[in-house]
Amino acid sequence: MTAPSWTAGVRAGVSDSTGTGLRDCNACAGETQAVQEVRALLADIPDPEIPAISITELGIVREVHADRVVITPTYTGCPATLYIEQSVRAALDGAGFAHVRIETTLSPPWSSDWISDEGREKLRAYGIAPPPKGAGAASLNNDAPAQCPRCGSLNTEELSRFGSTPCKALWRCLACAEPFDRFKCH
Amino acid sequence: MAAPPPLAAYALRLGDDSLILGQRLSEWCGHAPALEVDLSLANVALDLVGQATHFLGVAGEVEGKSRDADALAFKRDVLDFTNCLLVEQPNGDFAQTIARQFLFSHFQELLFDALTGSSEPRLAAIAAKAVKEVTYHAQLASDWVVRLGDGADESKARMSAGLDWMWRFVDELFAMDALDNTLLKQGVAIDKAQLRPAWDARIESVLADAMLSRPAQRRPVLGGREGHHSEHLGHLLSEMQFLQRAYPGAMW
Repeated sequence: MTAPSWTAGVRAGVSDSTGTGLRDCNACAGETQAVQEVRALLADIPDPEIPAISITELGIVREVHADRVVITPTYTGCPATLYIEQSVRAALDGAGFAHVRIETTLSPPWSSDWISDEGREKLRAYGIAPPPKGAGAASLNNDAPAQCPRCGSLNTEELSRFGSTPCKALWRCLACAEPFDRFKCH
Repeated sequence: MAAPPPLAAYALRLGDDSLILGQRLSEWCGHAPALEVDLSLANVALDLVGQATHFLGVAGEVEGKSRDADALAFKRDVLDFTNCLLVEQPNGDFAQTIARQFLFSHFQELLFDALTGSSEPRLAAIAAKAVKEVTYHAQLASDWVVRLGDGADESKARMSAGLDWMWRFVDELFAMDALDNTLLKQGVAIDKAQLRPAWDARIESVLADAMLSRPAQRRPVLGGREGHHSEHLGHLLSEMQFLQRAYPGAMW
C-alpha cells in the first residue's frame, strides 16, 4: 500500500471504507502510535449540537498528522465551529498533545455524504433521520421522503426546510404523528 | 489614501452583500409570520453572515492592514460599504422580504457556482461551500413567491408590489465595472453580465408558476459598489455596529 496522499485534489477521490472520506485508520500502514492516539481522542469528541455522534462520525475531521489536525465546518455560518475547535484544543492539550496544531479548511466543502454509517445509525437512534447517502448536492432540490426515525414509516412530509440548526429540516410522520428532525443533504 | 488591492475590494463586495442581507434578515428574528418562517429566515441569515465572515476575512488578509472580518464589519462607515443596493432595502412586509431574497439568491447561486472556477483559491473555496447553502435559500424564496403569488388576492397583490419595488435594483447585480473587468482578465472575477440570461430564465419560470407577471422595466438604480447608498444602510449600520461603537473592543 502506498502512503496516503492528503492533498486536497486527491482526497476526494481516495477510496475509503468508512464512508467518511477518511481512510480507515487501521488500514493506514505505518501510522505512528501518536497519530492513532489523536484519532482516538477526536473520535470521542461529541458534536456540540448533536452530542449523539462524534465529530469524526460527522465527517468534519479531515486529516490527522503527528503535528496537526485539519477540521472543516459543516456550514459556513455554523456557530458550533468555534466551540468544536475549542473542544479539540482542550482534548489535545489534556492528553499531552499541546504541540499539535488545529487547522481549518473549506476545501473540499463538507458533505453530508461524509457522515459515517455508524454515525447515521446513531442519528436515527437519537431521533434524527439521517440524510440519504450518496445523494449529494444533486438531490438538494428533490429530497425523497424521509423515514420516520421512531416508527420507520416513509409516510412523512416536510414541514420546513429549515429547522432548529442549519443542518436540519423539520419533518412530520403521518403514520405515528410525531414531528422529527431530518439531517439535510448537503 | 491609496486604493486597496483589487482582490481585497472584490472580496469586500462579496462579503458586504452577504453581511448586509444577513443583518436585514436577522431583523425578522422573533417577528416572522410563523415559527417555521422565523427559523428559516434566521437560518438563511446565519448562512449569509458565515459567508461574510469568510469573504471579509480574505479582504482583510489581502489588504494587509491588520483588519479582520470583525473590524471590516463593525468599524467602517456607510460610505466604505460596497454592497449592492438590493440587499440594504428595508424588509417591508413579508412579501417584500421574499421578493428581495428571491431576486438575490438566484443571482448569488449563479454567481457562486461560477466563482467555484475562480483562479483565486480562497474565493473558489468559499463559493463551493456557500453555493450549497444558497441553493436552499433560492428554493425557499421561490416556494414562497409561488405560494403568495398563486394565493389569495391580498397575498398576490403584496407579492406583486414587493417584486415591483425591488426590481429597480436588479440591473446593479449584473453591472460590470473597471474592478470586475480587471479581475476578470486574471480569471479571478466572474462576468456577471453573462449570468443574466440564466437568471432571467429562472425568474420567469417561477413567476409563471406563481401566476405573476414580470415587473415593468424601470430606470435602474446604481451606485452601491462605489459606496453611494440609500439612507437605509446608515440606519442598518447604526444598529449592527452599536455595540462596537459604544464599547470599542468589547467581547464576550
